[in-house]
Amino acid sequence: MSFPWANHYEPQHPFMRYMDEKLPLPRFIYNAIGGGYPVPRNLNYFWNFGVLSGAALMLQIVTGIVLAMHFAGNSALAFDSVEHIMRDVNSGWLMRYAHANGASMFFIVVYVHIFRGLFYASYKPPREVVWLLGIVIFLLMMATAFMGYVLPWGQMSFWGAKVITGLFGAIPVVGEPIQTWLLGGFSPDNAALNRFFSLHYLLPFVILGVVVLHVWALHLPGSSNPTGVPVKSEEDTVPFHPYYTAKDGFGLGVFLIVFAILVFFAPNFLGEPDNYIKANPMSTPANIVPEWYFWPFYAILRAFTFDFFFVPAKLLGVLAMFASILLLLFLPWIDTSPVRSGHYRPLFRKFFWFGLMPCIIVLGYCGGSHATNGVVLVSQLASVYYFAHFLIILPIVSRIERRCRCRTPSPKACLARLRPHNRGLEKNGSHYRFSGRPVLFGHARLLGHPHRLQYGV
Amino acid sequence: MAAVETDATGAVHEDDGVRRRDFINLAATSFAGVGAVAIVLPLVNQMNPSADVLALASIEVDISKIPVGSAIKTEFRKQPLFVRHLNPDEIKAAEDTKADSLRDPQTLEERTKGKKEWLVTMGVCTHLGCVPLGAGAGELKGEFGGYFCPCHGSHYDTAGRIMKGPAPKNLEVPEYAFASDTVIKVG
Amino acid sequence: MLGYSAIRTGYNMVSDPAAATAEEEFHQHVKSVSFSFEGPTGKYDRAQLQRGLQVYHEVCKACHGLTQVAFRDLADLGYAEGQVKTIAAEYNVPSLNPETGEAETRKGTAADKFPSPFANDIAAKAANNGAVPPDLSLMAKARHGGPEYIYSLLTGYQAQPEELVKKFPDSKTGPGLHYNPYFANLNLAMAPPLPVDDVETDRKAKDVSAFLMWAAEPKLENRHKSGIPALIFLILFTWLTYMSYQVIWADKKKH
Repeated sequence: MSFPWANHYEPQHPFMRYMDEKLPLPRFIYNAIGGGYPVPRNLNYFWNFGVLSGAALMLQIVTGIVLAMHFAGNSALAFDSVEHIMRDVNSGWLMRYAHANGASMFFIVVYVHIFRGLFYASYKPPREVVWLLGIVIFLLMMATAFMGYVLPWGQMSFWGAKVITGLFGAIPVVGEPIQTWLLGGFSPDNAALNRFFSLHYLLPFVILGVVVLHVWALHLPGSSNPTGVPVKSEEDTVPFHPYYTAKDGFGLGVFLIVFAILVFFAPNFLGEPDNYIKANPMSTPANIVPEWYFWPFYAILRAFTFDFFFVPAKLLGVLAMFASILLLLFLPWIDTSPVRSGHYRPLFRKFFWFGLMPCIIVLGYCGGSHATNGVVLVSQLASVYYFAHFLIILPIVSRIERRCRCRTPSPKACLARLRPHNRGLEKNGSHYRFSGRPVLFGHARLLGHPHRLQYGV
Repeated sequence: MAAVETDATGAVHEDDGVRRRDFINLAATSFAGVGAVAIVLPLVNQMNPSADVLALASIEVDISKIPVGSAIKTEFRKQPLFVRHLNPDEIKAAEDTKADSLRDPQTLEERTKGKKEWLVTMGVCTHLGCVPLGAGAGELKGEFGGYFCPCHGSHYDTAGRIMKGPAPKNLEVPEYAFASDTVIKVG
Repeated sequence: MLGYSAIRTGYNMVSDPAAATAEEEFHQHVKSVSFSFEGPTGKYDRAQLQRGLQVYHEVCKACHGLTQVAFRDLADLGYAEGQVKTIAAEYNVPSLNPETGEAETRKGTAADKFPSPFANDIAAKAANNGAVPPDLSLMAKARHGGPEYIYSLLTGYQAQPEELVKKFPDSKTGPGLHYNPYFANLNLAMAPPLPVDDVETDRKAKDVSAFLMWAAEPKLENRHKSGIPALIFLILFTWLTYMSYQVIWADKKKH
């Protein structure tokens, strides 16, 4: 591992020593999520969501494998086979509700995980590849979730499949052949359902593979932390086990409580009633909406209502929707600020909390609503902000912040500069101390008003 | 232990702290273990027969149209079921065979429910599960006039008892009862 | 481009405001009904379900199937095996003649599902002025409001308000249709299945709504029954992991 002070795996039991020689899997685990992986000791609860995402993925894989034992991937049988699971299969209702709500839980924790990355700028070097792999995982998740939603073959399944594959039809010249090829027909039917089932089973394992790469890439530089300042010594870290296994155990407990409330007491709360109606190619539901986790993207898709010169509105919407995710791939290079954590970036933080977050919530609301003119107008304005945030505001903010009074590359150096003005801050060995706490591990509140310290605002 | 108790209070507290910590960690881990088992149970149980499969577990068979000396093949739990209307010769042949000398000793009486002429068995060879011949018209009945399994050559007599070949047991007699003189309820 | 779209949308909103529709103005939100199965510990009222089945049997089954529900499931309603068989035998299910192979019907058995009253959608359409009466198995989950929607619809038939016709002359209830403000587009093909001014109607509507909720979600009680202990277990587990987290971190947090 990347830290010279990391614990070394030393098997005591003869069998474990034998294993270590022949197949060093225990060593691998020890170094990955055991005592051999040093983690910054100042992580807050937002850092729980990576492990929770992994747990949600496993939950989906396990319940999914079980459901596939009873599901029939055939357009004549699929709807009834889901009801067969709900009514006749032992604990089938539990498996299905767990899988359906598990998808929502997966997206909830992954969204928090992504927002953690955005706020604390975890995407910055040296972790840019971790971020890129994360976006790949997110795209794969979206594809998997979409195809999974088609499988019960209800009205929303069918019309969702029709609308989303219709997006490809927007591509000039090759669009329609691609759409027909994707569906294996001119409209979603057995061919589409069967291939979606096959891919829906395959993709989670691809996701699992990319997750391994994601974690691997993370372990080279090690985890970031809320201050954004790289760890310097053993005193800045704790071994993953038992410290973070314990904390993640607690996080998992809270996750499972929320999950259990959904599954046992509100299993259809996040679903659409229309999907309990069997797919009917002859009748479209009054309001086609995707699952809640696609709402913001759906709003961007629908925001383009007018052709722009020779580019049709439909194509613009599709391009914008994909662009809204793909532009995140460039984030490590768009945000040029040397400061990582949002805690120490006052301007960035204002735009994050009062710009980006409300914008995404508004987009989500619009995406789930009936597309009246008012809703479309609001989603257009929110989409403008979304793209402006990343393409205009963020690069400018990154530059302006550097022009602050304190021209130092990191908060720690800045604090060091400010030290003479602040009698509470003193050097103690290798650490700066403020109010008796090591600066490196302080959160914003421990530091008093760090942004003021930071930039002398 | 006495030495510990007379030690400085700080040391005793330290010891209590460790014990409390170990207890909490052990309790948390045990709860995780119990939870894991509670999750695994339904995951395993879902592979058991579902309610619709179990619902088919009992069938009614009209036996009024089976002539003496012939048999019908019907379906019970997705497996063949033989209902055979034995003629007097077949009954006699079965009763003349000494049960004690058989691989799976049973008398015809034990294998029927009061009415010796009605032999109800599963059509599943007890060797490896093939369907024996002998129930359909014109099928081979084997050396003992009952059933013959073509897969590995097991011969059953007119009471469905294994006489020759690799099968270890007699053809299974399922749970059944006469609902009336002409209808049997199987399962 | 987005800005261009936004400006044009905004302009359109001002220059050409969307006209109000009869549905927007006269559609009513479902009535609030209290059912025994609501809430985290809710249970079905067996007697009510049995009465609801009776209503289905007398009123609905002529046009609406219940094809996901098997007769054996009726044991959940508190019927004994013999009673289930009797109920099943009152329905004719499609079958094949074992001798000739021709399509025919036979009496239902416990293992059968409720049959659809029509051989297929075309037959259903032909018999109902072109409208297919939907299957009711999942109706209580397939509409916003669920059982309350069913109750509202059944008790919501009324004469079309005159102001509606005055304001939206095009929305006058057409021939063969019936005005009901709880239905999405206010007019539906189904004639009032329960007599509008009968004292029994309210109770019957409630009973059949509860019955259809059971038909759509027969495992609701299992769900509630396993959910409560699962939640208690998880809260204890979470509390323990929190304690464990605290004691493990105790020495690190002292500084």
